[in-house]
Amino acid sequence: MSRINALFKRKPSHVLNVYCTAGYPHLDSTLPIMRALQVSGVDMIELGMPYSDPLADGPVIQSSSETALENGMTIDVLFDQLSILRQPISEGGIGNELPVILMGYLNPVLQYGIEHFCERAAAVGVDGIILPDLPPIEFTRQYGAVFRKHGLDFIFLVTPETAEERVRQLDALSSGFLYAVSSSATTGKDQNMERVTDYLQHLLSLQLKNPILVGFGIKDHAGFMRVCEQAAGGIIGSAYIRALQGQVHYEDATQQFIHSILHSS
Amino acid sequence: MSNTATAVKQPDTEGYYGSFGGAYIPEMLYGNVNELREQYLSIMEEPEFRAELQALLKDYVGRPTPLFLAERLSAEIGTTIYLKREDLCHTGAHKINNTVGQILLARRLGKTRIIAETGAGQHGVATATVCALKGMECIVYMGEKDMQRQAPNVARMKMLGAKVVPAMSGSRTLKDATNEAIRDWINHPDDTHYIIGSVVGPHPYPDMVARFQSVISEEIKKQLLEKTGNELPTHVVACVGGGSNAAGAFYHFIESPSVQLVSVEAAGHGIHTGMSAATTQLGKPGILHGSMSLVMQTADGQVVEPHSISAGLDYPGIGPMHAYLYKNGRARFESATDAEALEWAFHVSKTEGILPALETAHAFAVLPRLGLTPADRVVVCLSGRGDKDLGTYMQEMGRFT
Ligand SMILES: Cc1ncc(COP(=O)(O)O)c(C=O)c1O
Repeated sequence: MSRINALFKRKPSHVLNVYCTAGYPHLDSTLPIMRALQVSGVDMIELGMPYSDPLADGPVIQSSSETALENGMTIDVLFDQLSILRQPISEGGIGNELPVILMGYLNPVLQYGIEHFCERAAAVGVDGIILPDLPPIEFTRQYGAVFRKHGLDFIFLVTPETAEERVRQLDALSSGFLYAVSSSATTGKDQNMERVTDYLQHLLSLQLKNPILVGFGIKDHAGFMRVCEQAAGGIIGSAYIRALQGQVHYEDATQQFIHSILHSS
Repeated sequence: MSNTATAVKQPDTEGYYGSFGGAYIPEMLYGNVNELREQYLSIMEEPEFRAELQALLKDYVGRPTPLFLAERLSAEIGTTIYLKREDLCHTGAHKINNTVGQILLARRLGKTRIIAETGAGQHGVATATVCALKGMECIVYMGEKDMQRQAPNVARMKMLGAKVVPAMSGSRTLKDATNEAIRDWINHPDDTHYIIGSVVGPHPYPDMVARFQSVISEEIKKQLLEKTGNELPTHVVACVGGGSNAAGAFYHFIESPSVQLVSVEAAGHGIHTGMSAATTQLGKPGILHGSMSLVMQTADGQVVEPHSISAGLDYPGIGPMHAYLYKNGRARFESATDAEALEWAFHVSKTEGILPALETAHAFAVLPRLGLTPADRVVVCLSGRGDKDLGTYMQEMGRFT
């Protein structure tokens, strides 16, 4: 069983997936940050591969991506860093249980070579891929088979505007989980939580094949608990990156932030 | 010179010109882009839409624009050169051909809010203009660097009632303004139409904008027939930023292989100086702003910051149609440097009494290199007038007068 499937089997609700940008705040902070996240109790990590033109991202993640690129992060550097990903914590890795998803944009992956990319991702112990600008039609035509061949889950996004038939199509093409964007927005925008509740209710009624994680705009305990009433869990990105900004002791900052998400103050 | 490459002027149903095009967009944009894709052709074919567009093009934009025989320039180069006077369009460039079309389309889609990106400011002005005309809210994203070098156009947009938002990310030029406009669209899924200013972006934009600009070559054909008895020129020359004036000037000639299509990119300081915007020379296949095309990028697939003295050509990509015309050899690609463009802006001004835009000056600069003969009939797309560039021209005045 894949690490993602095992997670949802073990923990069907309140799954906390936290996004961080590889190479942010420092080139070598990628794994220390991932370890800090794991130790703090997150269930899954979405690791962002920085891109010069992140269209789906708001200012916070844009700026962390810019910093990471200035720090020298590339896909090659990242895979080198992740070569010890599945080592025990004591040896610098995160162990063999916590699922890791790579999130990025299609162009750097295409330049790297999709086959080579999947091969290395699978080899270091990555579990799934999110590429928001890879549409289902191109996925079906040429790329989907490559992800499958290397045992990588591919996760599509759905939004409140996605029509039912298309939600079903995206769910069918996805494996691992389905990423429900809480409203049509770039990352980091505040959400109208009541509308989100209605939307999640609707998604649930479709009885989809994949568990649903909700992302975009969750920034505190209340927001996380709210989406967990319906979905299997939530994804936090911008709020965490903001918590890291200007912090020297990012292990402490991570502990504090994740604690504040998991527990009411 | 014979040209055996053949090409088509329209993409397939998924928006592909050969291997270039498509719609590489996040799901958050799917609703808006798909609505457009499903409706643009049927709306553009409606008799009422066509009548309204025709009337605006004639009475508001001032079409048809003249096809002018540039006698002194012709004598100098030793051929026959006609200038397609898009600089005489209302607002001073070809950009308005597209914005009048898209504003009518946006209204039929029930949109109330218009967003646009702009480089030189000509597209921003053309968008602000049609929004004023139709009483619609208008937000224009413009790189902060471009706001400085094209200040008169910023003032014009504001006077026309548009809100101009500086794009502060990346190189603070056209690419970044486009990113910001796309993000705005993601955040406004219901009421907003994005008027893209060139033949770039996800399908159906490249095809839609090319169709709106195709009026340029439609008129050239008629006018050439009238003036010379032959509707086909031997060469059509146009500058290429994203490629909308070139797409319009080429459109009805693409499927006539005897017509040489000459696309002129901005070489900046020189193609291999690291300060250039000559995408076909420096780019590789990749994805930018939602389509597969040629893109200037690092080996890691990060988009590179281009350089051109002209804000309208300062873009690290090129429309998928042009990537296709480049790859299959149907169009000939040339480039002109910043210095050549400046020189030719002054030269055309003195020779023909027409101040061209800096973008357009690039197209003129390659004329001596094309091996033209007295038997040729060359059409240069004079895409815009130079008033917006007076600041730059004034700085250079000493060297050229
Ligand atoms: C006068 C003029 N010509 C050309 C361009 C370049 O755009 P395109 O390649 O889409 O025609 C611009 C863009 O701002 C312009 O203002």
